[in-house]
Amino acid sequence: MRFMLLFSRQGKLRLQKWYTATAERDKKKMVRELMQVVLARKPKMCSFLEWRDLKIVYKRYASLYFCCAVEEQDNELITLEVIHRFVELLDKYFGSVCELDIIFNFEKAYFILDEFLMGGEIQDTSKKSVLKAIEQADLLQEVLIYCYIDQVDL
Amino acid sequence: MSDVVEKTLTALPGLFESQTGAAKITNRLRQLIKSITELTSKHEEENLIKRELSAIKEQVSSPNTTMKQMREIMVRAMYCEMLGYDASFTYIHAIKLAQQGGVLEKRVGYLAVSLFLNEGHELLLLLVNTVLKDLQSTNLIEVCMALTVVAQVFPKDMIPAVLPLVEDKLSHPKEIIRRKAVLALYKFYLIAPNQVQHIHAKFCKALSDKDPGVMASSLHIYLQLIRESPDSYKDLTGSFVTILKQVLGGKLPVDFNYHSVPAPWLQIQLLRILSLLGKEDQSTSELMYEVLDESLRRAEMNHNITYAILYECVKAVYTIHPKAELLEKAARCIGNFVLSPKINLKYLGLKALTYVVQHDAKLALQHQMTIIECLDHSDFTIKRETLELLFRITNAQNVTVIVEKMLDFLCYVPIKTLTFAPDNSWFIQTMNDVFSIGGDLLQQDDPNNFLRLLAEGKPEEDDQLRLYAVESYLTVLKGHTSHLPQCFLQVMSWVLGEYAHLQESVDRREVIRLLTQLLDQRSVSSETRVWILSALTKIPEGQTDLILDLAESLSSSQDTVLRQQAQELRHLSQDSQLREWVLVENSCAVDSSLSFLDGFVSEALAAGAAPYKPPHQRQEELSLNLEPYSFSLPVSLSSCSITDRQSPTLLSVSSGLSGNSAELSTLILEGVKRVWGKDGYLPQKEATAPPVDEPSAAVQPASQQEAAERIEPRPEPSTQNQDKQQLASSLFVGLGVGSSVSLLGKSEAPPPRFRKKPRPHESSSSSGTSKRSSDSSSRSSRNTTDSFLYGSFPEEEPATSISTFDHTPKSTTANGLSQNKDTKEDRHANTSQILGGDMVIVRPSTIQDKHPPSVSSDLTALLPADLKDLPHSDVISLTSDPSLSLSSCRLFRDEALLLVIFISNCTETVIKDVAVQLTCEELKVCTGNVMDCLEARSTSVCHYALLMDDPHTNVSLTGTVSYQTQPGHTNTLPFSGTLSTADFIRPLVVTTEEYGKLWLSLSHDVKQNLKLLTDAGDPLRTTLNALKDALQLHVVDIIGSEGIVACRLLSGAPCLLHCRVNGAALAMWLRSPHPALPDFILYHCQRALAHH
Repeated sequence: MRFMLLFSRQGKLRLQKWYTATAERDKKKMVRELMQVVLARKPKMCSFLEWRDLKIVYKRYASLYFCCAVEEQDNELITLEVIHRFVELLDKYFGSVCELDIIFNFEKAYFILDEFLMGGEIQDTSKKSVLKAIEQADLLQEVLIYCYIDQVDL
Repeated sequence: MSDVVEKTLTALPGLFESQTGAAKITNRLRQLIKSITELTSKHEEENLIKRELSAIKEQVSSPNTTMKQMREIMVRAMYCEMLGYDASFTYIHAIKLAQQGGVLEKRVGYLAVSLFLNEGHELLLLLVNTVLKDLQSTNLIEVCMALTVVAQVFPKDMIPAVLPLVEDKLSHPKEIIRRKAVLALYKFYLIAPNQVQHIHAKFCKALSDKDPGVMASSLHIYLQLIRESPDSYKDLTGSFVTILKQVLGGKLPVDFNYHSVPAPWLQIQLLRILSLLGKEDQSTSELMYEVLDESLRRAEMNHNITYAILYECVKAVYTIHPKAELLEKAARCIGNFVLSPKINLKYLGLKALTYVVQHDAKLALQHQMTIIECLDHSDFTIKRETLELLFRITNAQNVTVIVEKMLDFLCYVPIKTLTFAPDNSWFIQTMNDVFSIGGDLLQQDDPNNFLRLLAEGKPEEDDQLRLYAVESYLTVLKGHTSHLPQCFLQVMSWVLGEYAHLQESVDRREVIRLLTQLLDQRSVSSETRVWILSALTKIPEGQTDLILDLAESLSSSQDTVLRQQAQELRHLSQDSQLREWVLVENSCAVDSSLSFLDGFVSEALAAGAAPYKPPHQRQEELSLNLEPYSFSLPVSLSSCSITDRQSPTLLSVSSGLSGNSAELSTLILEGVKRVWGKDGYLPQKEATAPPVDEPSAAVQPASQQEAAERIEPRPEPSTQNQDKQQLASSLFVGLGVGSSVSLLGKSEAPPPRFRKKPRPHESSSSSGTSKRSSDSSSRSSRNTTDSFLYGSFPEEEPATSISTFDHTPKSTTANGLSQNKDTKEDRHANTSQILGGDMVIVRPSTIQDKHPPSVSSDLTALLPADLKDLPHSDVISLTSDPSLSLSSCRLFRDEALLLVIFISNCTETVIKDVAVQLTCEELKVCTGNVMDCLEARSTSVCHYALLMDDPHTNVSLTGTVSYQTQPGHTNTLPFSGTLSTADFIRPLVVTTEEYGKLWLSLSHDVKQNLKLLTDAGDPLRTTLNALKDALQLHVVDIIGSEGIVACRLLSGAPCLLHCRVNGAALAMWLRSPHPALPDFILYHCQRALAHH
């Protein structure tokens, strides 16, 4: 995966994760263009589109668009499921997640994403273990970390 | 920001109180976000962020700021950066936070670093020590964070520094650390493959790790390695096959299931690896046949994820050394994709087809009708993929048709994507390509739209674009121009005429010289010459000598229009005052009240002229004048001119006034041969005789001429399906083994009575001769016009996502399974019948039908007596399996569409409990049927009344038949299909008077120019009859160049159509009380005419 973007129906960026080195200026330009293209698509159109040399896979959840850029030869459907799994994770973590959760806790959303994808590849398909890792990091204080980890068996 | 957000904001405090500590947010950030949502303009936002950033700056540089506060600050800084503002002064503090903070601070610090800095940033150097320290930490969380950050942002030259530590982590006791280490190494491998070469052996250990997560992560590296050199990893094939087998066998912990599919990501990764290994290698491929077969079989569940796996599996089957049995199964899977009503799956199906036709082009044959449907799909992604597919099956026989389709698409794209054009030069360049390649194949609107786009822009903004266009066209004209299409030349000359003056550096003489050069070319059409001369007229004065020379040389031209223009040109260039008056440069204010005429009007009134009357008053008088001529008219018509007073007829009357026999032309009657008129004997009138418009700079008249030129003799009219089949035969020619081509030609062509008679040769039909195609045939020919494509699914793969059917019993018992197996074997021989479904025509002749569908004509005899007399469509085979075959037929009743389903028992035994379920989201479905039993070799009929309240272009329909062959074993057979609005349109029989009243009462209207069919005598009549045949319309009246037509949506909303011949086009004006109905009817009219 090259990058993942979350943006609202109004075209506000909510989250961006780039898995390949991209210059800041290019990022901004790509985000702007891509939002325009994706937002212009009608609801019944398919979730994939070819854009530049990339394949864009997007899905809308309520007011939020989740948008991934993958390579041409990648499997679009599984990317769609990556998005869905990410949403499931957010949902589980925030408890029926809404756009506001992601706006106000965007750093948490990043942590979840980092625990789910690493270097653009999915690192764990088990929902439970991703959330366990996040929650531990959330709750942990500097003291007694070691015992704690052993206790819950990460 | 939406008001939804705002509303929720007020409820926020409560919301967040109730949440866990994990979700608590920092106060300042909350304030910041909240105040941003309250802002109304971008400017306010900028000011607010500026203030926020300066506050942050102050805080970060204050020595009193604690680490905890710093964490909050950093989150705010990240937010500002996400909004697109520069907070680069915080970068260094992010690194500091990662360095010095506790675990919670460190996490935010690392996140900020990974968001702020990319791989090349110099500040990353400062991070290396922190990462090293954390990698060696005893705190697992810190190690995880360090590994995450090295996998996210790490400069290439820093890799050696951390590599040994990351390598060590491969043997860490905790699997989460091992997993992250493997992924970090994968990332290192991607950026610097040579640096990790020495640890390949350790990857092998990761592959055999006892934790599935670590093993799965190592596959990323292996996929990459094998992609680069498949030969070095052949020995691992066995291991990969074993892993996949274990995954399929459910040996992984349940944790790894995703929607009850075991480790789908892992499966896909393995399938990819296997396909790389088995490519062009028979012995390796043989190792994986079994597991691939199992994989195809296992993926039964109806969920995206199984389709994702299936897709990968099909690709693998077609990549490795082929095995017939697997190929066949995979091909059947593709059918499932392509026929799926879900657009995403359809897309993937097309993609899979694109892939497999490279190995076996014949596969495209099975799906040719779907492919043709997709060519017209409104979604560009689908369309593009279809073209890609066509591109793959291009051969010597179909190349012209395919290239034409591609050009159509190409021409369509740039205009549509204008708004996305990244910059002017790209846009102009692309349009140049389109014009020069697509040329005269372009839609006639395209050059016009392009010019309008250039012309309508604001002067300041779009001068850039125009300038670029001028420059680029000058370059084009300096090169070879003889091969350029006429429309491109026209576009160029118009642009040069209008905008050459914008470019200071260009010598006007040069422009004139280039344009004159064009005039001399023999390949340039006279229409284009008109454009060029108009352009020359507009180029500002000063080059009188050149212009005069030109005018001189043209004054002897044989073309009157050119001569006239040359004359004008001469006058203009000689009389600079006149020139200034005629050609106002740039902005001219339009005085819409025409106040400058006041003096003239009052003078004329004083002199006794009649005062101005609005058109409708004028017409009233006209209708009085007409009295003497209306003796021979039917009664309804004399009232027509009155009722039509405010209807669009007035347009033609007022415009017709300038012509010589306007009133007469509105009087032309059906079947009345008009020889004498007011002015005496009437000469035969041309069908389309637009007066030669003045060759002004305007785009419009020229395009009309162009359109008139464009109309070529059309092939014999055929129905839509025939058209599609024809297209299919021309697209897919040369793919089959020869048999398919000939089959297309003959066997399944509709019976001759459904085909329209070829138009009699028109030699001397007077304009008044009525030319109606026989009414009796119009009904029946209509039946074949709309495609009612029913896709059918192989039974063992449940139809996609028919959630409403989830409860229907499926054969899950052991017995049922074995029975399924039987049917599967049966199916082998039958594949094409099942996949083909509606596409029986293309069935390769080598495959024999075991269960030929009953002859359709027999079936209509089974219709209930009360329905027999209704107009109906052909009987179409829906789906079939060894026991049952389903066909359907549409009956057009006034208040509903009746869908009749024939269920035939193909077996020699009684089938019990046959129940048909039919659902459709958009329609109301009335009545359902359950039959207790269906005798051997018999057919039962059930029908559904379908009602459409709101128009939809296409309505998809899904359903299942469940039945029992033996007690206790229920089989289901899914089917699906589409209906179009056209099926729900009924004629509305009204008189002209009623029409007139109704017209005035309707609120929603739509106007559009449609194609006029000119291949036979009276264009209007031909066109209206074609529309009547295709859609069930009622032609109320045809008067001269105008026609009124009425229809309704079942027994609901009416829609009135007013048609007028306008040059080469048919100006259609639709009115209806329903806001969307005119659009749909217009759409179907366009389709009907396009397919004519």
